[in-house]
Amino acid sequence: MSTLIIKDLHVSVSTDEGMKEILRGVDLTINSGETHAIMGPNGSGKSTLAYSIAGHPKYTITSGSVTLDGQDVLDMTVDERAKAGLFLAMQYPVEVPGVSVSNFLRTAVTAIRGEAPKIRTWVGEVKEAMTALHMDPEFSERSVNEGFSGGEKKRHEILQMELLKPKIAILDETDSGLDVDALRTVSEGVNRVKENQDLGIMLITHYTRILRYINPDFVHVFAGGKIVEEGGPELAAKLEESGYAEYLPA
Amino acid sequence: MSLATTNYLTPTGREEAWRFTPLSRLAGLHDSSVELADRISLSARGVPAGARLEIKSSEEAPSLSATDDIVIERVRDVAHQVLVLTIEKNAEIGEPIFLLRKSEGQAPEASRVQIQAGAHSHATVVIENVGSAVLGEEIEINLEPGANLRFVTLQEWDNNAVHIGRHHAIVGKDATFTSYVITVGGSVVRILPTVEYSGPGSSADLYGLYFATDNQHLEHRIHVEHKIPNAKSRVNYKGALSGQSARTVWIGDVFIKATAEGTDTYELNRNLLLSDGARADSVPNLEIETGEIVGAGHASTTGRFDDEQLFYLQSRGIPAEEARRLVIRGFFAEIVAKLKIQSLEERIMNRIDTELEEAK
Ligand SMILES: Nc1ncnc2c1ncn2[C@@H]1O[C@H](COP(=O)(O)OP(=O)(O)OP(=O)(O)O)[C@@H](O)[C@H]1O
Ligand SMILES: [Mg+2]
Repeated sequence: MSTLIIKDLHVSVSTDEGMKEILRGVDLTINSGETHAIMGPNGSGKSTLAYSIAGHPKYTITSGSVTLDGQDVLDMTVDERAKAGLFLAMQYPVEVPGVSVSNFLRTAVTAIRGEAPKIRTWVGEVKEAMTALHMDPEFSERSVNEGFSGGEKKRHEILQMELLKPKIAILDETDSGLDVDALRTVSEGVNRVKENQDLGIMLITHYTRILRYINPDFVHVFAGGKIVEEGGPELAAKLEESGYAEYLPA
Repeated sequence: MSLATTNYLTPTGREEAWRFTPLSRLAGLHDSSVELADRISLSARGVPAGARLEIKSSEEAPSLSATDDIVIERVRDVAHQVLVLTIEKNAEIGEPIFLLRKSEGQAPEASRVQIQAGAHSHATVVIENVGSAVLGEEIEINLEPGANLRFVTLQEWDNNAVHIGRHHAIVGKDATFTSYVITVGGSVVRILPTVEYSGPGSSADLYGLYFATDNQHLEHRIHVEHKIPNAKSRVNYKGALSGQSARTVWIGDVFIKATAEGTDTYELNRNLLLSDGARADSVPNLEIETGEIVGAGHASTTGRFDDEQLFYLQSRGIPAEEARRLVIRGFFAEIVAKLKIQSLEERIMNRIDTELEEAK
């Protein structure tokens, strides 16, 4: 059982005009096995929250705390956070030319597990995970994300999640750009990990579509750099109906 | 030993061809202030059937091409012996032919080499330069019609070596020349990979990889002359620099003369700056005298490390240092993978790791 606790998190980015505050006091607790949907308008700071937890150097934490099972996440390097059990499926996965998917996955899994996986079982493990996500095995030999379609990149993110077996996963618009079939495949992947690992999930999305496959326990409305309302699945339906107007400054 | 007596026009550094080169570090190669020995320090690790290695006199093996490079002219004056590697006509030689150069602790050297690739032969020649040396070198390569030659040079010099060399290829009708210039060692290395064509339907692919760290000046001056119609050239050089005083120069001169209709050419140079102060000069230069061509283009980029790539890898648990190594290896992978000689690929990648380690 793991718990990620975000307390009064304030985050800024540096701009030409100086520091600009994006997150203005985020409070959120995610336990193993729970799925928290985060919904909110463009530019409200959802990706900023995701990246800040993962440790992207662009963001400066000005106050607040993030802990995973009592450990100070903000004090960890980026790779330490991953080793501690955090995973971020990115909204825009990065292309890494010349680094093959198979080499990348093996290096990452070796780092996270603390030892190189046994060649024989490893090949099978990757193959099985790829098949389940309907990824052609030829992706193994391609450069990381290079020339992948939008949907292929998202599947590749979930593939990594399956293999790295995190405790808490943040999925930043993993559903965007997926066709109907891919959405189902990817959702099944997420649910598999959730069941097997008792994964806690922060699911950032604009659409209720994915929530039909991945049932949220909680829905949070994110606006102006913080959570402005919380509820159950019914809140998502309401947002889809009436939008975010009531949460935005007039 | 032979002392140069010609009136060389000693470069001053103001000439276009010399303006990037640190003349004071050339150990006298450019201004005749050092005596050059007429010596052949290249030896074969074994010559397979279908190939022949001989030492000829400069009368028996006259120069095959024109040059206006002062140092190369001097090499021609001094070197009266020429190492000639002949690949017989129709020979199919699978294994690479390795020539090792080791002139450890010996006097500065002028070296002439010729490679004759017979009609419709297939071969790979690898020249390994290791240790420390002061070397003026000319390698002329002639490809008869239909020949296919892969030519690899490794500059894995110690960090005090000075090496000025010209690799000149004459590519015959329907022949295919592929060169890989790998320069990771040396204090000053200045190589002129030059190409001319002697028949149509010919092609030249020039690949290069260089990694400069502190106190290294690594310079590659490509010159491809298209005079013959329907010939093709591709140039792709990639370099990394780390350290305040690391310098690299890449010049890509591609000339398409009026007679060279149907030319197809593209040249590319990419540089990765891994630290402040390092400087990469990159000068592509395409001159076109006929509109009747298939294509002609060039690109040159010099940039810093991509932090997003590092973040992505680290966010998967990969430590910063290893992530850096992966990204750099990935940057060079495109060139290295084309070698298709596994032992060399590993050796080069490991050397790149070492360069990175040392650069820290
Ligand atoms: N360098 C910067 N300079 C100025 N503003 C910035 C900078 N970086 C980010 N921002 C701003 O931070 C805000 C939050 O961005 P973020 O990507 O977190 O939004 P989001 O909620 O994920 O939006 P979307 O739904 O479109 O993905 C945006 O208004 C963005 O323009
Ligand atoms: Mg976003």
